[in-house]
This record gives sequence, C-alpha cells and structure tokens, in this order.
Amino acid sequence: MNAVLDPIAALGRAALGLIKQAGALALFALEALSHLVRPPFYWRIFFSSLIETGFFSLPVVALTALFSGAVIALQSYVGFGQYHVQSAIAGIVVLAVTRELGPVLAGLMVAGRVGAAMSAQIGTMRVTDQIDALTTLSTDPMKYLVTPRLLAGTLALPCLVLVADILGVMGGFTVSVAKLGFSPSTYITATLDSLKTMDVVVGLVKAAVFGFLIALLGCYNGYNSRGGAEGVGSATTAAVVGASILLLLFDYLLTDLFFSQ
Amino acid sequence: MSNSLGIPKIRIRGLHKAFGSKIVLDGVDLDVEAGTSMVIIGGSGSGKSVLLRCILGLIEPDAGTIEIDGENLLTASRSKQDALRRQIGMLFQNGALFDSMSVGENVAFGVRAKHSDRNGATPSRTQALQIAGGLLEQVGLDPSVGELSPSELSGGMQKRVGLARAIAGNPNIMFFDEPTTGLDPIMGAVIDGLIVDCVQKLGSTAIAITHDMASAQRIGNRAAMLYRGKLIWQGEASELMNSGNAMVDQFTHGRREGPITMELRK
Repeated sequence: MNAVLDPIAALGRAALGLIKQAGALALFALEALSHLVRPPFYWRIFFSSLIETGFFSLPVVALTALFSGAVIALQSYVGFGQYHVQSAIAGIVVLAVTRELGPVLAGLMVAGRVGAAMSAQIGTMRVTDQIDALTTLSTDPMKYLVTPRLLAGTLALPCLVLVADILGVMGGFTVSVAKLGFSPSTYITATLDSLKTMDVVVGLVKAAVFGFLIALLGCYNGYNSRGGAEGVGSATTAAVVGASILLLLFDYLLTDLFFSQ
Repeated sequence: MSNSLGIPKIRIRGLHKAFGSKIVLDGVDLDVEAGTSMVIIGGSGSGKSVLLRCILGLIEPDAGTIEIDGENLLTASRSKQDALRRQIGMLFQNGALFDSMSVGENVAFGVRAKHSDRNGATPSRTQALQIAGGLLEQVGLDPSVGELSPSELSGGMQKRVGLARAIAGNPNIMFFDEPTTGLDPIMGAVIDGLIVDCVQKLGSTAIAITHDMASAQRIGNRAAMLYRGKLIWQGEASELMNSGNAMVDQFTHGRREGPITMELRK
C-alpha cells in the first residue's frame, strides 16, 4: 500500500471509468440517431412517448413554473427594495424564467418523472428478456425502444418550456399585482419591454438539448441494466442523477455559448 | 436427415465463449439435422443458455462458427444474418411477453414483425390481431384471452402465448429455453405436447434446453449434454436415461455421487 500513489491511482481509475462511460453513451446516442434516417420508424411508440413526456408532465411543470415566477417576484421585491429599484421586478422575472428557470426547472422535473420511467421500463424489459425477444422477432431494440423516445424527449421539452415560460411570468405578475401593489398595465408593459426573442429561443434550444439528454440517460441506463429488480433500481437512480448533472453542465455550456459576449 | 447437399440445418464448430476468466463454452461442436428436435441438457452454468443465445445472435462468441443451411451466421452480411434469423422462432423461459401490450397485441407483434420482413407487406393491425386469435386457439387458448394483459395470465398460459408468438412467423427453426421450468407436471406435459405439435406442423428443426428429463424425452428425438462448456455426449433422446455415459447417467438420474461435482463459489 502506497499512501501517495494509491489515491492518485484511484483518481485515475475513476477518470478512466468516466471517460469509458462517456464514450459508451456517445456511441449509444449515435447508434440511436442513425435509426432516424433508416426506416422503419415506430410512430406509435414516438407519439406515446411524446404524450407521456409532454402532456402528462404538464401539471408538475406548470406548478413549478408558476410558483417559481411568484417566488422570484417576491424575493426581488424584498432585495430590490433596498436599492429602490422595484420597477425592475418584471424584467427580472421574465429574464430569469425565459433564460434559466423555465428550461432548467422543467428539465429537472421531467428528468425525475420521465427519465426515471423510461429507465425503469426499458430496464425491466432487459432483465425479463423482453429486449432479447424483440431481437428474435426481427425488431431492432434500439430502433424500437430508444430512437422514438429520444425524438419525443427532444420535441416535448421545448413545448413544456414554452408553457413554463408563460406560467412563470404569470406567477410573477399575479404576486406583483395582487400582493405587491403593481399596476397590471405597468407590469405588462415592463414585461413586454424586457422580453427578448433571443432569450426565449435560447431557452427552447436548451430545452431541446435537455429533453434529448433526459431521454438518452433514461434509455441508456435502462438498456444496460443488469441483475433483476436491484439492477433496474440502480439504473433508474443513475438515469435521474446522470440526467440532472448533465442538464446543469449543458445549461452552463449553452449559456456560455449564447450569452457570454 | 440432412438437406439434399448433405448439409445439416445447424452446424456449430469450435464455439468458444468466455466472460472474463470464466470459460462458458469451450469448443462446442454440434450438428442438428433438418427436422430433428435436439434437446440439450446440462447443469446450471454448463453453458446451455449461452449456446442458445450465441445461435440467436444475442451474444457474440469469441471463436468458432455457427452455420444455418451452410451459411456462417457470424461472417454473413447484416442482411443475410437478418434473413437467416428470420427463420427462427424462440420461446423464452419466462415467456418474455411485452407487458406494455395486451396478449393479443403480443402475438400480433410477432405476426407483423415476421411477415413484414419476409414478404415486404405488413398485415394491418386488425389483420394481425385476427391471425393472433387463430394462433392463440392453436395453442389451446380462447381468442378472448387476447384482450388480457400478460400479468393476468398464469405461468402456463404465458408460455402458451409465448409459443403462439414464436410460431407467428412460421419459423423453420425453433428454440425453447427451459419450456417447462416453473410449471406443474401436468402443465409441463401440456406445453411439451403443444411444442411437439407445433414443431411437427411447421416441419421445423428444434433445439430445446432443459433440466427436465421427462420433458426432454417428450420433446426431443436427439439429445446432447453440456458439461463445463463442452459437449460430452450426443445420442438418441430415448437413450437419455440409459446412455452408458457415467456423467449423463448421474445427471439424468439426479445422483449426488458420480463424476459430476458441484462447484461451490468462494
């Protein structure tokens, strides 16, 4: 045992493991994407995933966005009051919601709800031989299970974020008008003045990337799960944790890409 | 019985597979003639399932050849591999029914998947469900069972549905992975009877792996035994209980004493 080298070796092994995982994930994504341009495409699975990801996530995303917008308005009012710039609240709410909170909070909610479900479903199919059964029935499991879900995740999240943006701003508006005494017309004018197309578009681009990552991590971990119920449980945890971390990492990278100038 | 060129339906040569340091298949050679029902017996961990999965293309062997009708599956083009594997039907140990679909949809999935590949024209969902109803009847189930979900079925019924799905594409090679495991003796005999009927009706070549000696003799006309990744005996299924091979006799009679020793993992 070497007290100096052992920790370095452990760190090296962890780094190599991470690189290996990233490589495997990238290859998995490439293979799944390649099926987008090779027929057949399983539209039924796609639409069912789209509804599961988009429609059934609406309540949780809507509530999260509504209360987040309301909380930002309240917090900003208290904070900005020290500098007598409460009039900036509408701008802060719209900026925070469209650029960050809409995509990130919707992404985290969907990662917990849909990413976990995808991983558990595909993982259960793996450990009960259903994926092997697909292969023996001349059906490519990647094409059937993964590709439609990736596309559905990528398209559903921007729609959810659009709703989250609207409801987040509405949450701020409601608190500002009903509780903080702002004039509705003044607040709406300030909101519209602060609303930038670029902010909304970048938020939607982020959402598409997040949706892809959530579906990718859900499918990847489920597809590679092993060892029965415990394996499926571990895969589900890994899918949610991995998607959440990647989501935050890509949020930073995309923010840096679009807004750092 | 070989085909007109004397080529067996399935020919396996020098098949090797290891998982890490654990050698699971160690140079397996096996010929299965067309129309034969081959039963492969062996203890847990002897490599039976891995052999089956190698033939099905679910596991890639480390070395060796697997030929179907003289065509090497492992070196054939992707389209050729797909075409060869399209001839295959598989009944999994637990049925492996898709739990997101109804029983009827499970069987209809097999109908659509196999027919669309072979003929280029996919039956409509309604047509496939109608065909599925007929297949369910063929395995002794009422077509109304098609509306249930797989979780509502008993183990024996799930096996029957799995069999209906496996024969949906009229396969000329069929695989059965421990078809009677988890079933009572009567249901086991019923499933064996259905398997024999289906194989005979389709004129298929079959490979079954099992621990169940009664099932092995009902299903198979040829038999082989795997032990520690090697094929140690082949013969007529009727000779299974009296093969003259000490290992086979110990296994088939379930004796504790004999040349086969249990490995205890440390």
